[in-house]
Amino acid sequence: MAKMRGAIVVDIERCKGCGVCVVNCPTDTIGLSKEVNGKGYHYSYMEYPENCTGCTNCAIVCPDGVITVYRLKVE
Amino acid sequence: MSEIRLMKGNEAIAEAAIRAGVDGYFGYPITPQSEILEYLMMERPEERTGMVVLQAESEIAAINMVYGAAGTGKKVMTSSSSPGISLKLEGISYIAGAELPCLIVNVVRGGPGLGTIQPSQADYFQATKGGGHGDYNLIVLAPASVQEMADFVELGFELAFKYRNPCMILSDGLIGQMMEKVEFHEQKERTKDFDQSWATTGKTKDRERNIITSLNLDPELQYEHNLKLQEKYKRMKEDVMFETFNTEDAEFLLVAYGSSARICQKAVDVARSRGQKLGLLRPQTLFPFPEEAIAKLSKRVKGILAVELSAGQMVDDVKLAVNGRIPVHHFGTPGGKIHSPDDVLKAIDEKLLGGF
Amino acid sequence: MDINEIIKPENLVFKRTELMTDKTLSYCPGCGHGTAHHLIMEVVEELGIQADTIGVAPVGCSVLAYEFMDIDMTQAAHGRAPAVATGIKRLWPDKYVFTYQGDGDLAAIGTAETIHACNRGENIIIFFVNNGIYGMTGGQMAPTTLEGMRSSTSPYGRDLASMGHPIKMTELIAQLPGTVYVTRQAVHKAANVRKTKKAIHKAFEVAKEKKGLAFVEIVSNCNSGWKMTPVDSNIWMEENMFPFYPLGDIKVDGKIVKDLMSDLM
Repeated sequence: MAKMRGAIVVDIERCKGCGVCVVNCPTDTIGLSKEVNGKGYHYSYMEYPENCTGCTNCAIVCPDGVITVYRLKVE
Repeated sequence: MSEIRLMKGNEAIAEAAIRAGVDGYFGYPITPQSEILEYLMMERPEERTGMVVLQAESEIAAINMVYGAAGTGKKVMTSSSSPGISLKLEGISYIAGAELPCLIVNVVRGGPGLGTIQPSQADYFQATKGGGHGDYNLIVLAPASVQEMADFVELGFELAFKYRNPCMILSDGLIGQMMEKVEFHEQKERTKDFDQSWATTGKTKDRERNIITSLNLDPELQYEHNLKLQEKYKRMKEDVMFETFNTEDAEFLLVAYGSSARICQKAVDVARSRGQKLGLLRPQTLFPFPEEAIAKLSKRVKGILAVELSAGQMVDDVKLAVNGRIPVHHFGTPGGKIHSPDDVLKAIDEKLLGGF
Repeated sequence: MDINEIIKPENLVFKRTELMTDKTLSYCPGCGHGTAHHLIMEVVEELGIQADTIGVAPVGCSVLAYEFMDIDMTQAAHGRAPAVATGIKRLWPDKYVFTYQGDGDLAAIGTAETIHACNRGENIIIFFVNNGIYGMTGGQMAPTTLEGMRSSTSPYGRDLASMGHPIKMTELIAQLPGTVYVTRQAVHKAANVRKTKKAIHKAFEVAKEKKGLAFVEIVSNCNSGWKMTPVDSNIWMEENMFPFYPLGDIKVDGKIVKDLMSDLM
């Protein structure tokens, strides 16, 4: 059965750590990092990358447009 | 083809605007200048030249329509009278700050407040010292005839675009309402090529986006912007305009603009017939002010009388130009009353000649 | 499976629109303004109308919108954006002209300009971001502040008797014949973002047809002004803002599609 695998790339320095992507992720992929970026924000990252389906929900709700999404169909 | 018509000053401005190839007019009715909007609506300029004419919901909306439209690089204008100009001042300050060319006509009436609809020159300070907030200046033209009402439309746009600065025609209810012979230039084409270098024409791939704004949050940048504006206002001196009557051998000088200058001209004629050596200097630009010409004359005459339809505003600029060299007096009629040549002659006798 | 096998150019499904500049947005973390900015620019990019679009920025948090949207823009005085847009549109009738305004700008100081631009049926688009507060000046009461809602100038909550009622501008202007498409959307959840994007597409279509004015309200959060975390503010918005400012189309193709009377009860 075909399955969607996805991945996100976060522009860490532009991320403000608001967490809107975290609650919008339907597969609980995303979390906020313990580390902070140059501005002191806990940036978002793929906490459970294997969950990601590349649905883009996180990216389209991101107010700062810091998320790029990739998706691959795997058999 | 040029054409001679008999018209009100307000109508002449409107007709001249169509013929100058103006792209847009945005206005709101107020006495004594409503004929400008009425004439434009009657003439169907959208058919004659494609000019846009719109009656806005307020003076505030009208000046902001001008602000947006001037940002497109096209020739746009508005008109109003004193209380309406007060409402427009915020927008005028933005236009000056954003360095946009446009034409604003003020057909002045007596104030303060709602005042009266009769002619006045009491908006001199407002027009020539900025008016709105911040350090800025308008180019200010002062017509003294219906012919100049027409001619200054084209001149106003020429200067506005030369300096990318708002220009004001500071007229009054007398010039706006009176009828005179006026000769019009032939119809000019509306511009089709717009300056893409600064105007909002739509961002193409080959250039950076154009932003029309007066906002500079960084005080360093705002400081630099202000210096640039001040430098521009200084450069405007090269476009100073004035007329002189009988100043060659004058012992005493009147300084007056607009309708007051017309009255003073008559007074000078009468005084001359009495053997009094009187001359008149009439500024046609109030900003830039003909300070050098007045300073020069102050070395030859014994005294100056500034004559205005106000409690005394332009007289301050005359005093600055004269710089204490000779006495400068003021005669003015505020509040919408108009002085007669006899009133001026009396003031000449009492104030100007009295001390000598 | 290695992540790097997925992160390849051929697998790209979403990236930030190129019509947003590289400037970091001046908005607070989690603020809906950013999402709204991106959506508008995505639509302009998809329609290929960058060279034909002129935007008008207001006074308020989005005063610097022109720093972020890569199109020609004019920054308007407080509340006057619809008049400024009118001036631009009348002289460039074939360009797309939009305003981007907040609730203080559009529904308080600019009420007259808003209503009259709508009533004239100017062929412009108004984007109205309503977060029920003055964000930029530090969280004062706005015309759209809800009853009982606290702000720095209604510290004990908005009292209707002395402070007046929150105003539903969108329902109000929908009743004017000059408006063609009037809708209220949100951008806090992915599903809402997708609906809002459709609405923005529709608004640009209306502008293209020159049938009148398109008005898109976006109910948004102001976590700083509301003094909540971004995520909490979005929950509060759903629970408190949406009942009073219900989402959905109000007017489509010039016809009111919602029972405005029941809404006013």
